Amino acid sequence: MNILVCISNVPDTTSKINFVENDSKFDTNGVQFIINPNDEFGLTKAVWLKESNNATVTVLTVGEQSVEATLRKCLAIGADKAIRIDCPANDAYSVAKEIETHCEQVKYDLIICGRESIDYNGGIVPGLIAGFLDYNFVTNCVNLEIEGSKATFSREMSGGTEISECQLPLVIGSQKGLVEESDLIIPNMRGIMMARQKPLDIVPSQGVNAKTRDIKFNKPQAKSEVKLIKADELDKLIDLLENEAKVI
Amino acid sequence: MSVLVYLESENNKFKKSSYEALSYGKGLADKMGVQVCGVVINCSDIESLKAYGPDKILKIESQDLSAFSSKKYAHAIANIMKSENAHIVILSSTPDSKYLGAHLSGVTDSSFVSNVVELPESISPFTIKRTCFTNKAFSLTEIISDTKIISIASNSFGVIENSNDSLAEEEIDIKSIDSNQRILNIEKESGSVTIADAEIVVSAGRGLKGPENWEMIETLAETLGAATACSKPVSDMGWRPHSEHVGQTGKPVSSNLYIAIGISGAIQHLAGINSSKVKVVINNDPEAPFFKAADYGVIGDAFEVIPSLIEKLKAR
Ligand SMILES: Cc1cc2nc3c(=O)[nH]c(=O)nc-3n(C[C@H](O)[C@H](O)[C@H](O)COP(=O)(O)OP(=O)(O)OC[C@H]3O[C@@H](n4cnc5c(N)ncnc54)[C@H](O)[C@@H]3O)c2cc1C
Ligand SMILES: Nc1ncnc2c1ncn2[C@@H]1O[C@H](COP(=O)(O)O)[C@@H](O)[C@H]1O
Repeated sequence: MNILVCISNVPDTTSKINFVENDSKFDTNGVQFIINPNDEFGLTKAVWLKESNNATVTVLTVGEQSVEATLRKCLAIGADKAIRIDCPANDAYSVAKEIETHCEQVKYDLIICGRESIDYNGGIVPGLIAGFLDYNFVTNCVNLEIEGSKATFSREMSGGTEISECQLPLVIGSQKGLVEESDLIIPNMRGIMMARQKPLDIVPSQGVNAKTRDIKFNKPQAKSEVKLIKADELDKLIDLLENEAKVI
Repeated sequence: MSVLVYLESENNKFKKSSYEALSYGKGLADKMGVQVCGVVINCSDIESLKAYGPDKILKIESQDLSAFSSKKYAHAIANIMKSENAHIVILSSTPDSKYLGAHLSGVTDSSFVSNVVELPESISPFTIKRTCFTNKAFSLTEIISDTKIISIASNSFGVIENSNDSLAEEEIDIKSIDSNQRILNIEKESGSVTIADAEIVVSAGRGLKGPENWEMIETLAETLGAATACSKPVSDMGWRPHSEHVGQTGKPVSSNLYIAIGISGAIQHLAGINSSKVKVVINNDPEAPFFKAADYGVIGDAFEVIPSLIEKLKAR
């Protein structure tokens, strides 16, 4: 079985978010980049499928050279091979088109993406890939079992969990639950050494035009001071919520 | 040319977020000088839509679409886009609608922009404000492509009445799409209100000390008609199901009221709940960072404050 895990390289969750060039670009200065947490759950699941289903795991990022450190980390976690499609990730559409082109050349049975990236939070790329390739698609995926060419999976929906099955190929949007936090693989020295020997291929881009463009970023306005209510004056809190905020 | 709005429903009732999506669609259509059409799949409660100003409702009644399928629904809407010559589709941001929106943009080879919070600043070029960096920033985004799929962040635009009594209805026949994807089972959670749909969310953290203390949280939520949620360590330790985990790596919350009890207010937690309108923080540590992000705060012991708050709310 051939698995592709699409990796988004995102600012660490504690990063301070700032912008430069007249607020038109994200300021990467001093920012630590990590594997998008939703993708890391998916990657861990893929590594498990290597053993249980004799799978080969390829990780892929559309991005510039700076993303290679993140790809190396994926190799150390257990992916067999990495691919970087060499162009800036301009928007979800152009990223998904590049991935589609690659998937037409190399056939994958399972394409794992994250439910959403924590930088642009679109939740767009996996749906686009599935739509472009006309593959089955599930997002918010919290369980996945593969038997031969059949996949059984669950997705979190509003108010419950839906369990479905389909034939491969399948695109999933993974999240916590697919594997648990405690299952995440922390690369050891051996993994890191082995990662150096594994292939990291650089593939030229198709030069797809973006369909969206960030013109200007801004940050939410600073909050006004909190109104403190004494613990023995809760009637006041109820009154404020009822008559000032009008939310209850 | 018209603006299409997908109106999600469940058990023959539209979701509240569908009325918000329709209000937004109406605002956009007015701005563009075109009509707004609602797309309804297997729901007959058309009367309730009138208040929000649609010009036309396109109704699909189909056994084949009785259960949600992103692929079948995406193809159905793609067909309507063709027949109506529509280039803009508005959706809410429930889990199903976001799932559908992304798939639909793939099927129609167009761009999808999610987490939109306002009407476009300008129509030509088409520029729209959305959240990014998990609510730590906004981006003014230009959508270059002609066809645009847009999902709006919950509770960002609001439900706006705009009555239209001369509402046209049209039944649409769609030809089904084959799919080998088959639903085996749906397990409903026991809790009555879901985080995605909730107006009010009551959330608790490690300050509660253990799972046995959640009864008062559930009672408070019940009293307010709220959904329950929790911080990440609480779900990691198995005190609460992981479906309740909210924050940057959990579920996003954009409710009208978010009540945080015994949660310190770490950056990853705040990121996911920041787009909630009003935040109340109950914490016994006056230095807890959450107070900086709160509208109202109570410095006190949750084990005293919560039972008393429940009592007072019930007595209301
Ligand atoms: C990659 C990454 C992703 C993360 N994603 C998320 C996420 O999505 N969501 C999330 O929530 N966290 C996330 N975290 C974890 C986050 O950093 C914090 O560790 C977490 O939010 C803390 O949870 P807490 O507030 O419940 O616990 P604590 O930080 O332990 O806070 C407990 C609070 O309870 C108060 N308290 C104690 N006793 C009482 C009492 N009797 N009455 C009232 N108050 C009391 C304390 O004063 C304290 O403020 C993430 C972390 C990382 C590294
Ligand atoms: N530049 C990229 N390269 C490879 N995969 C990506 C890239 N951007 C996003 N993805 C994948 O698409 C998922 C959803 O991203 P998004 O649509 O940006 O929320 C991510 O979790 C990744 O799996």
